[in-house]
Amino acid sequence: MTSRQLSKFAKRIGFWLLVALVVFYAVFPFYYAVITSFKPSSELFRVELWPSRFDLSNYAQIFSQRSFLQAIVNSIIVAVSVVGIALLLGITASYALGRVRFRGRSTVLLVILGVSMFPQVAVLSGLFEVIRALNLYNNPAGLILSYTIFTLPFTVWVLTTFMRQLPMELEEAAIMDGATPWVTITKVFLPLMWPAMATTGLLAFIAAWNEFLFALTFTLTDSQRTVPVAIALLSGGSAYELPWGPIMAASVVVTVPLVILVIIFQRRIVSGLTAGAVKG
Amino acid sequence: MSTTLNHSAPAAARPPAGRYRSTKVRRQRVRAAWTFLAPMLVALALVAGWPLIRTFYFSFTDASLSDLGRASFIGIENYLIYEDGRWYGVLADPIWWRSVWNTAYFAVVSVSLEVVFGVIVALILNAEFKGRTLVRAAVLIPWAIPTIVSAQMWAWMLNDQFGIINHLLMMVGIIDAPIAWTAEARYSMWAVIMVDVWKTTPFVALLVLAALQMLPKDCYEAAEVDGIHPLRVFFKVTLPLITPALMVAVIFRLLDALRVFDVIYVLTSNSTSTMSMSIYARQQLVEFQDVGYGSAASTLLFLIIALATVAYLYLGRKQLQLGGDA
Repeated sequence: MTSRQLSKFAKRIGFWLLVALVVFYAVFPFYYAVITSFKPSSELFRVELWPSRFDLSNYAQIFSQRSFLQAIVNSIIVAVSVVGIALLLGITASYALGRVRFRGRSTVLLVILGVSMFPQVAVLSGLFEVIRALNLYNNPAGLILSYTIFTLPFTVWVLTTFMRQLPMELEEAAIMDGATPWVTITKVFLPLMWPAMATTGLLAFIAAWNEFLFALTFTLTDSQRTVPVAIALLSGGSAYELPWGPIMAASVVVTVPLVILVIIFQRRIVSGLTAGAVKG
Repeated sequence: MSTTLNHSAPAAARPPAGRYRSTKVRRQRVRAAWTFLAPMLVALALVAGWPLIRTFYFSFTDASLSDLGRASFIGIENYLIYEDGRWYGVLADPIWWRSVWNTAYFAVVSVSLEVVFGVIVALILNAEFKGRTLVRAAVLIPWAIPTIVSAQMWAWMLNDQFGIINHLLMMVGIIDAPIAWTAEARYSMWAVIMVDVWKTTPFVALLVLAALQMLPKDCYEAAEVDGIHPLRVFFKVTLPLITPALMVAVIFRLLDALRVFDVIYVLTSNSTSTMSMSIYARQQLVEFQDVGYGSAASTLLFLIIALATVAYLYLGRKQLQLGGDA
């Protein structure tokens, strides 16, 4: 083997080691959570890289807790409604911002961008008052309302960039036929926007599913909580050591759907994230 | 729309169809645009605009959480007041300044690490190799995991007695006694940074990857023909070309890092050694029920973030493009 071949070979090995390192770093914490969740509590404190046996007692324990099941239901209700509202308001707004020239459009875009950069804490006390006034405190509906603060600007932003890329001729034909803007949106654009809507919907779903600060502050009782709060507040009977087995089992339960979504839709997610940022 | 055409049109005749239609359609479209925007604007006003105004207002009152309605105006007492030979208020609270420092430290260190790792990961993903899609999916996993869950997962790995990280470090011989990562002030900020870097590097990597894939191929071929060292090519060609994308990623991440809450809340709770501005404000607001004081802290946080954004945009001279024609 010549030295040139040798260095090429070394480079390939080095590259694959780097790839392996990146994958290991990205996946290991999740993997470790999964194997921990299958350990019975007696073996929990023995450090192992490989599970010796599969024990489902942690899962049995969290699924026997009514509050955890209720939290999953709450999270699903909240995330799905947030996605629905964000897409409905987002698609109409993005039509206006992406297809129509009018005075004040840049200002509206600037406001949207500004809102998306809000620190959530800055509106906490004001939002608390609004939610109380609407009688939505300790109610998932209050979370649905408050989550529009971060899902809506993002949805509008990404949908607007997608909407702008569609050819002008489509719309001209619709206008010639005398279609109203509403008909134009629903009959012409909506069918073409499904991929973009799937992307933004997915991102909004993940954001709503993962949100913590509002969920922690605007709910009070176990029955109204969402999953992140339920997991953060999961503590066992003992004051000394947290119930790590059940915590890991709960973590795996709420994360597996997201990981599956990511693996299936990774192309869409990547395009949505980059459309929101790079083109923005 | 040109109007000159119409002067030549006979006055008695109906306005030419083209002009009539175009202005009518145009007006109709603009009206429709505002109609379509209205629900979104109302929603944003309800959840963002109005609450922000109320937060500003509360910061000048003595409102308490149990009775928001009975707030009376007390001026800038929540911010700063001199009384009985001592200064009081958020601006005189050493814990507030500690949390400002913590937040800035966290933001600068974690975003820097994320940019370095993000670029490395993006360069790897940009290379052509078998299984690239799988590797990309694997890299996305930390991003999709809820922050709360990733904080709990790391809290378990960093557990002082039974955590795998202490176990491995002791096995290798780097440390000879377990470290209380999340409890000891010296290490807890690094534990927080570790988790944040793990979780958000994928985001930076993806943005950089998107920029890398738009780069022209020919200058790389030229560089290869000329036998220029890849590292030199990276610093002279690649880095300048992806800088705009990096700047966008950095500002997104910085704004996120300055409002950090979840990771710290779960990992180290309200400990002052890692307390961020958001944690401080929420603690005052919710746990101490002092809405006035907490709102003052929130307002300061808002101002700091707004200032940071303006400074960043100004210094970077990187205007986010608004609208295709703007």
